[in-house]
Amino acid sequence: MRYLLIVLLMLLGVTPAHAHKPSDSYLSIEIQQQAIHGQWDIALRDLDYAIGLDDNADGQITWGELQRHHDAVAAYSLARLEIKADAVPCINRTTLHLVDKHSDGAYAVLRFAVLCGAMPRALAIRYRLFFDLDPSHRGLLRLQQAGHAQTAVFSPEQPERTIELATRSSWREFSEFAKEGVWHIWTGYDHILFLISLLLPSVLSRDGKHWQPVMYFRNAFFEVLKVVTAFTVAHSITLSLAVLGLIHLPSRWVESAIAASVLLAALNNIYPLVSKRIWLVAFGFGLIHGLGFASVLNDLGLPDDSLAVALVGFNLGVEAGQFAIVSAFLPLAFLSRHSCYYQRLTLSFGSLLIAAIALFWLLDRSLDMGWTALISVF
Amino acid sequence: MRIGRNNGFFKPLRLLLSVTTLSNPCLNKNRPYFLAVAGLLGLLVFGNASQAAPYLPSSANEVLERLPTLANGSDQELRKLRLSLNNDPQNLALAIRTTNTLIEKARADADPRYYGYAEAAVRYWWKQPQPPSAVLMLRATIRQHRHDFDGALADVHEVLAEEPRNAQAWLTQAVIQGVKGDYGLALNSCMVLKRLSSRLIAATCAANAASLSGKAKPAYQLLKDTLPGTTEVQEQLWALTALAEIAARLGDSGAAETHYLQALAFKQRDVYLLSAYTDFLLDQNRPDQVVALLKDDTRADGLLLRLALAEQMLGSANSAQHIEELKARMAAYRLRGDNIHQREEARINLALLKQPKEALRLALLNWEVQREPWDARLVLEAALAADDFNAAKPVIAWLARSKMEDKVLQQLMEKLEQR
Repeated sequence: MRYLLIVLLMLLGVTPAHAHKPSDSYLSIEIQQQAIHGQWDIALRDLDYAIGLDDNADGQITWGELQRHHDAVAAYSLARLEIKADAVPCINRTTLHLVDKHSDGAYAVLRFAVLCGAMPRALAIRYRLFFDLDPSHRGLLRLQQAGHAQTAVFSPEQPERTIELATRSSWREFSEFAKEGVWHIWTGYDHILFLISLLLPSVLSRDGKHWQPVMYFRNAFFEVLKVVTAFTVAHSITLSLAVLGLIHLPSRWVESAIAASVLLAALNNIYPLVSKRIWLVAFGFGLIHGLGFASVLNDLGLPDDSLAVALVGFNLGVEAGQFAIVSAFLPLAFLSRHSCYYQRLTLSFGSLLIAAIALFWLLDRSLDMGWTALISVF
Repeated sequence: MRIGRNNGFFKPLRLLLSVTTLSNPCLNKNRPYFLAVAGLLGLLVFGNASQAAPYLPSSANEVLERLPTLANGSDQELRKLRLSLNNDPQNLALAIRTTNTLIEKARADADPRYYGYAEAAVRYWWKQPQPPSAVLMLRATIRQHRHDFDGALADVHEVLAEEPRNAQAWLTQAVIQGVKGDYGLALNSCMVLKRLSSRLIAATCAANAASLSGKAKPAYQLLKDTLPGTTEVQEQLWALTALAEIAARLGDSGAAETHYLQALAFKQRDVYLLSAYTDFLLDQNRPDQVVALLKDDTRADGLLLRLALAEQMLGSANSAQHIEELKARMAAYRLRGDNIHQREEARINLALLKQPKEALRLALLNWEVQREPWDARLVLEAALAADDFNAAKPVIAWLARSKMEDKVLQQLMEKLEQR
């Protein structure tokens, strides 16, 4: 009778057949030029069921409890994921533990480096997480390479996949690095703010102690052209030298110097010391910004055999991104150069704002304090 | 490595900016212009900070997850069972007990993870060529949950070949036959149950099948007359739910309401009952009661769907967020390649997203697998919304053949035939 009742219960459940969510993990693997990175999102509920996370048994998992189990989580999961590069086993090494929310709750996010001997032609992945505890568990793989993504689902019936990696082509490499270059100049606010600080006065000219709007677009255009060209030439020189290994400076110095360059450029608009030949300033500080670009490029992982392609691609990407910013800036600035808004607000207040941001950066980077520490001082 | 930058850094500056704007006389003239530029700048600075991404919690006390627990201590029991089973994974009796407990839990909360755990508990026998009957029954139940109805029926047939007096197997068979729309076969299975199980179970089984194949009124009366014979709570719950559904199909909303309230009065967690009752309320145009019942009960997709429908009827502000949530859940199902949610997905597309063509496609796919009144209703409603009478024709013909009595379906068919 008891079983009959249980079946009754189950039968009633037929219609709204699913709810909550069956167990899934999200495994993403990104193949870069010289490195393979993994990120694995695993539901806390499933981890708790497998290895127990709720130490105080209060039905809640806190960040503290998860932190105490980080080693166990990494050991348990990574032991159930084998990655082979052309039949040679790779080593998965945890790099970072984070947390994310998915539609059915919180997930532990495990970031790891996949260390293989050489860049493989094919990657064989064998997945068996939770299959012993929950055969309906699925591992959802997303493998990304050069902007191209492949997906696969691991199940107890199909725990293994071999994925042919795209062969490298110079053109793809070039465009990938170019994209990174554009992306870097757009998201690296320090380069934008430096350039804007130098360009703000380009539609004005200094007449004794006052700024006067320039008469002709031509004048502003050539001023901008000189500044941008000088900046470009300078950062291309140091970027190439650094990537070729001919100069090397610690990144903290470089980053601090970049922040200082933004600060000085902005202050120069408020208390002008240099008002002629701004392009010389652009050139001098451009040398430092080039070193900053180089460290980004190095972080991306440089292909030894096609260094030139990567270098030229990245540099052209940076120039393209910069060109887009300048071509948006110049017409706007030129049209509004007469308004009191431009001189008082954009030039003075804008520069003050940029100087304030740069000062934060400078302190933050040179003293290596987190920004939160800085904010709490105020 | 670069030294980190953080967008949160700009917060104090934003404050500074807003204070200064108020006191600058130059600005009053140029305010719209300034705001536009400030907005652009803000977009540039904050634009890429808003997307959701993995994060580092700021405090060790931050609660990341609340684990599902049952209040009645069955969790503790389950933990003990799992532990014993780990030490003795080939102990059939222990494995069956564990699986049954897990399926009870799965059922109470409509939580599919427990079906997976249940499968794991009997995994030693699962792939054997001839598993023991008890394992076959559990496998049938789990396969049925995954909408593998043919696989489930095959398991049940195997059990019945060995044990023709296994009441559980006959009941499971009757229900699967009903879901597939084979009401004649279902009724035969229920008849056998008459000799093997309690009267109310056999009556509910038979009334369900008969009410869907042209004998709704006598089926209702028979079940109503049999009801007082038992005090068994689960049996009464099932019978009352069936009575309510038959009454609703017959258009007697007063009787349906009474039976639903009688069933709810047992205060047993029952997602099926809640779903059926809230569907009834939605049809009665009483969305505020649906919201009151479900507003804190959104983990089960079926319940979230009904809540979102009610909120949409009320024009509530929460509806957009709940629709997004449902879309995310459906996307997650699609990623894993499951199609057991096609009925819900069709309904989401039809009623919430107003995508009748996609709804019709999903409803027709679902109709290939399940043939309950709601499955037919979704095809008809979607066909009506998509203005595609031809798509509904096979379903209308099938409904006529099976003599299904259902007021809503009747009205839909009339509307379609006027086209």
